[in-house]
Amino acid sequence: MLRMSARTDCSRNEAVIIRTSAILLALSAVAVFIMLLGHNPLSVYLSMIEGAFGSGYRITETIRKAIPLIVASLGISLAFRLKFWNIGAEGQIMMGAFGATFFALNFQNLPSVILLPLMGLASIICGGIWGAIPAYFRAKFRTNETIFTLMMNYIALKWLTYLQYGPWKDPGALGFPKIPGFTENAVLPAFFGLHIGWIIAVLLIVIMHIFVNHTKRGYEINVVGESENTGRYAGMNVKFIIIYTIFLSGGLCGLAGMIEASGVNKTLSVEITRGVGYTAIITSWLSSLRAPVIAIVCILFAAMIQGGTFIQMAFQIPQSAAQILQGMILFFVLGSEFFIKYKISIINDNKAEANQ
Amino acid sequence: MDISFFAAAVVAGTPLLYAILGELITEKSGQLNLGVEGMMLMGAVIGFKMAIITGNPYLALLGAMAAGGFGAIIYAVLTVTFRANQVVSGLTLTIFGTGFASFMGQGLMGEIVPPDMKLFFADFKIPFLGDIPILGQIFFNQGILVYSGYLLTIIAGLYIYRTQIGLNLRAVGENTAAADAAGIHVSLYKYVHVIIGGVLCGLAGAYLSLVYIPSWQENVTAGRGWIAVALVIFCKWNPYRVMMGAFLFGGLDIIGFRIQKFDIHISQYIIDLLPYIVTIVILILVSVRKSHSGSAPASLGVSYFREER
Repeated sequence: MLRMSARTDCSRNEAVIIRTSAILLALSAVAVFIMLLGHNPLSVYLSMIEGAFGSGYRITETIRKAIPLIVASLGISLAFRLKFWNIGAEGQIMMGAFGATFFALNFQNLPSVILLPLMGLASIICGGIWGAIPAYFRAKFRTNETIFTLMMNYIALKWLTYLQYGPWKDPGALGFPKIPGFTENAVLPAFFGLHIGWIIAVLLIVIMHIFVNHTKRGYEINVVGESENTGRYAGMNVKFIIIYTIFLSGGLCGLAGMIEASGVNKTLSVEITRGVGYTAIITSWLSSLRAPVIAIVCILFAAMIQGGTFIQMAFQIPQSAAQILQGMILFFVLGSEFFIKYKISIINDNKAEANQ
Repeated sequence: MDISFFAAAVVAGTPLLYAILGELITEKSGQLNLGVEGMMLMGAVIGFKMAIITGNPYLALLGAMAAGGFGAIIYAVLTVTFRANQVVSGLTLTIFGTGFASFMGQGLMGEIVPPDMKLFFADFKIPFLGDIPILGQIFFNQGILVYSGYLLTIIAGLYIYRTQIGLNLRAVGENTAAADAAGIHVSLYKYVHVIIGGVLCGLAGAYLSLVYIPSWQENVTAGRGWIAVALVIFCKWNPYRVMMGAFLFGGLDIIGFRIQKFDIHISQYIIDLLPYIVTIVILILVSVRKSHSGSAPASLGVSYFREER
């Protein structure tokens, strides 16, 4: 007979081994799927790797895709620490990009050194407010934040659509619905061949690691996330902690939107997020919400996305295969966490009876 | 507003009806499955693909149900057997389902449902009932899937409130440990009802792609799965209220086209926002009034592990 019991002795190494084998299992499950499609899974995987890391240009592209993912994942991990299921990153990214674009379009004469920080600040505030609205209702009335934040995504999407097809439509685009491109002073400068968003991402990883593990505010977030009552008995202002943490969470996602708009697209469009808001949910959970791990996982996921576009050209496998692969990996890792938390032992029934 | 508006609201509300019923039955067993949107998309794409390949409406619906059920099985294995976090598992199912649908839907863009299948889903009048003034025109001049939606609602109500199995199901959702002690096979109940929920969500998706649209387009659900999750709260986990919630939102869904006809100048974008904003308002009202929260299954979203009591 199988018997499960809780385990407390799972070392970090064991946990890493269990998670890694889960990812390998996911890869093999998808391999079977690829075989059913009539391709050789090994060559598909290899060309994915080649597409993501095969040349200097491709590596830069992979990291370019990883940057918004890292920044948004850091934001989401903050909310998840509170057990606040913020799935509104998509909308927060859009609103952040909106705030940044507002300054980029209306203050074109400002020098870069003033304009870019203004855009960054605007994106943090817009994304933050987009997160803080559901957080306020959650803190005050325990309103379901999962659905609330998701509905906010659709509202943000419709808002951008309205802008793109209405007031912000580029008059110079001959009726084509697009928002005008940014002027040069509103574009993030490059540093070592890539826009400086990567420096922002690295800085944020360090700051987040210190904030969560070595500051009083970060400690409060961890306590309230474990148990709101414990926080309350300890005299913490739980409502305030929820609201400002989610403001920060949304603000980071908003900043990711600014980085995308200013550093990559040099304009705003309804496709600004490219699903980053949803992928970031997966990456932050896979990283156990730890900032340094987020960096690694996000680069791997960006490689999957980048490699996904490559296999689309090489094998005519649709790009959405990468999305399926991501989902599968998370399925397997979620399942594997059981073996970190519980252990299964086989009990010999006869022996148990004999002892009675 | 004329009667045709209300009849159209019923049509637009029917996919919601199936999805809400599915999620409601799932939640009665204590499992919070946020993968509704994903399962709907899986059902929508497989149903549509089967319709194109076989031309047989039964096979199309069966395929959609199987696809939704398949998604639900993944969720059930993760959350019931492996006790994974229900919120994250459901979210992952939605992400997976979205990818699955866009993968499978490759090349279906622009295809339309075969005409003889449209006939199968076409409206027909129910004798006597269809002759009732106003009500008959609204409710009983509809397609086969609308009628089966009514029927399912009644069956779900009877099942949950009037049968032994339904009682056991509610016990599992309210107090899992007590149900376990009473000899109810907790995992089996959870599995079965999560899967029933997924099957219904698959049907909801098929209704969208086969009857409501009826051609293939990327992301046919457009957030309806999430609205369904919210409406379960609105319906206070009571199957008899599901119809009201579904048709109300069906009306919100189509009000935009109607208002244009009456020459009222409200921006299309604001009208498009209505279902999402009303969902938020309902969520807030429900949580402010607190009265509804008591009707949620007490063990909703909590993983059950016998030895952790």
